[in-house]
Amino acid sequence: MQEIKNYTINFGPQHPAAHGVLRLVLEMDGEVVQRADPHIGLLHRATEKLAESKPFNQSIGYMDRLDYVSMMCNEHAYVRAIEKLLGIEPPERAQWIRTLFDEITRILNHLMWIGSNALDLGAMAVFLYAFREREELMDCYEAVSGARLHATYYRPGGVYRDLPERMPQYRESPWHKGRDLQRLNAWREGSMLDFLDAFADDFPRRVDEYETLLTDNRIWKQRTVGIGVVSPEQARAWGMTGPMLRGSGIEWDLRKKQPYAKYAEVDFDIPVGVNGDCYDRYLVRVEEMRQANRIIKQCVQWLREHPGPVMVRNYKVAPPKREEMKDDMEALIHHFKLFTEGYCVPEGETYCAVEAPKGEFGCYLVSDGANKPFRVHLRAPGFAHLSSMDAIVRGYMLPDVVAMIGTYDIVFGEIDR
Amino acid sequence: MFDALHAYLLGYGAPGLVVWLVLCILAIAVPVILAVALYVWWERKVLGWMHVRMGPNSVGPAGLAQTFADVFKLLLKEYLIPQRASKLLFVLAPLIALTPAFAAWAVIPFDQRAVLANINAGLLYLLAMTSMGVYGIILAGWSSNSKYAFLGAMRSAAQVVSYEIAMGIALVGVLICAGSLNLSDIVRAQSGHGALGWFFLPLLPLFVIYFVSGVAETNRAPFDVAEGESEIVAGFHVEYSGAPFAVFFLTEYANMILISFLAAVLFLGGWLSPFPESVPLLGAPGWWWLFAKAFVFAFFYLWFRAAFPRYRYDQIMRLGWKVFIPIALAWIGVVGCLVYFGVIGPVEAAP
Repeated sequence: MQEIKNYTINFGPQHPAAHGVLRLVLEMDGEVVQRADPHIGLLHRATEKLAESKPFNQSIGYMDRLDYVSMMCNEHAYVRAIEKLLGIEPPERAQWIRTLFDEITRILNHLMWIGSNALDLGAMAVFLYAFREREELMDCYEAVSGARLHATYYRPGGVYRDLPERMPQYRESPWHKGRDLQRLNAWREGSMLDFLDAFADDFPRRVDEYETLLTDNRIWKQRTVGIGVVSPEQARAWGMTGPMLRGSGIEWDLRKKQPYAKYAEVDFDIPVGVNGDCYDRYLVRVEEMRQANRIIKQCVQWLREHPGPVMVRNYKVAPPKREEMKDDMEALIHHFKLFTEGYCVPEGETYCAVEAPKGEFGCYLVSDGANKPFRVHLRAPGFAHLSSMDAIVRGYMLPDVVAMIGTYDIVFGEIDR
Repeated sequence: MFDALHAYLLGYGAPGLVVWLVLCILAIAVPVILAVALYVWWERKVLGWMHVRMGPNSVGPAGLAQTFADVFKLLLKEYLIPQRASKLLFVLAPLIALTPAFAAWAVIPFDQRAVLANINAGLLYLLAMTSMGVYGIILAGWSSNSKYAFLGAMRSAAQVVSYEIAMGIALVGVLICAGSLNLSDIVRAQSGHGALGWFFLPLLPLFVIYFVSGVAETNRAPFDVAEGESEIVAGFHVEYSGAPFAVFFLTEYANMILISFLAAVLFLGGWLSPFPESVPLLGAPGWWWLFAKAFVFAFFYLWFRAAFPRYRYDQIMRLGWKVFIPIALAWIGVVGCLVYFGVIGPVEAAP
């Protein structure tokens, strides 16, 4: 009799559902996965090593490029680590702004996730709806930092600059004109906070829209309920964090357990799942979007009422004002020193983590007292999640692997670093 | 005019008949190809509107020329035959898929008279033709010698086997009601009471099963596992490019339009008006009714695609075998009883 062998297929690195450059070597028995072997490294850019060769501030931009759908959260971890070693505390307004933008980032990330996860499972529309909302929030990124993706907005000691008084408006163009233009600019008449207020009022309705398409959809449920079940024990053992962990029913969220920025002062809930399958993780993330929206509203409220500085007035760390530089020698020197050699961070080591949308994003920073880090290690949630791939998908079918990749919310920027 | 041409050509004997038939075939095939082009444009437009975007809008007025531009691009493109492919079958597969998709149009009655082949075994012929198409897909997947393509072919084979059965059983219901395999007769059997006389009412479950099976037969979302873009990249046609790919594309859309027409003919009274004949103007039967009905079904195809996630292929099997086939079988029993007791059914068939 002929011997029947399993066969292997290369899933990726060029594959519509590989979310970047995942190369998954699958050993298949028909359509059933016997072994999944994720290969990483195709997007390796040596971020950690690069950071060792330049002043602290110049690596903030690299952090954006790690998980390129939750940019500011990555910055937050790195910036907090530096602040901890320096022993400085950003002004309160800056911390509120960071809380605000962390949550904007969470929504950005989850919108990307809901879109791509749905697209992986064949539901096209959600992707484009999610990107409609992402566009609005990207405009906020652009308004504060000038960049839509790689913001470099958080700085040790605060944030780059205060929120703009006027939200930039769309100009008339062949693509935006007439009533469409009016609709786009209706929210953009006032300040950025007004814009965010309008967005936050509207956003729950948009989430309802996505849920209409997915939550009770029989096909969606068939594709996600009971697929990729992660038990709480497994989740802990694999070092999962974020929605992957909470989907399995473990209530762990750094924003509540080890509050940073202003999370101790805002009111929000942590959704947890029950079964730990793809569907639960889907529900957890959708609820997180709603909770993030709640936090945004609270931040907007506070920021409206409390104007103030957004950067420490410590010119050894933060640049002085441009006006001061015009007639103050000291300020000019500070500016020059800061932008050429940076600042020296006292000897020591620290680990700072934030609850990034995908899980715990941590930065382990060692300083030997120089103006560059001695060692930066970044703890990316996606790396820990991806490593569990083989254990989770074994015995499921090929389309379930796709569902699983979607629910891992993998971004290769952070996995390969 | 057509009669005059017919008579004139027949005057030449057998060669004249051949010319006449070729003209008839062209009169159907060319509009079908044009319809496919428009349908692709319409799909992209509709999907665009449903997705808060615009769809094609640059080439030609409202993007109408986009499909033609795409066709020319595909035809002029170099096509690759993988080195380790089974070359003959690789080239043959798109044609095997294409031929039945067009041949099936021969028996579609567009109105009382306009039908190329008014054969008495029309329904059987249709079943034969629509199930032939899958061989093209299976051969394409197998001959590509690619793992993704092979998976697509296997899925397609499994899917078609199960949905062909459900579809066939659904058609048995039509057959019982109409008492004929001839499509024109099937339409005539639905006449009399306007929309209330159509078969979709007594055969509602079969009607739904037929159309859903039709969607599955044509490998369209949410049953597009044979193509399964996010799983097996492009499934059976992953290795195809250029003109052969265009042929697969054409086949798929021609089949979709075919299924839409068939659903209209078999369950929605074909060319009959939804209003009773006593209503002036609107009550008149005509090909426009058939086209309007088919358009609705064609639109449903697009709507499904925009709204639904994709099934996993074992779930499709489950739906086919455990839901559709039992329901269809049970309803055949019900229809049989209804016809036997004379509630519905062929008028003249009553003993």
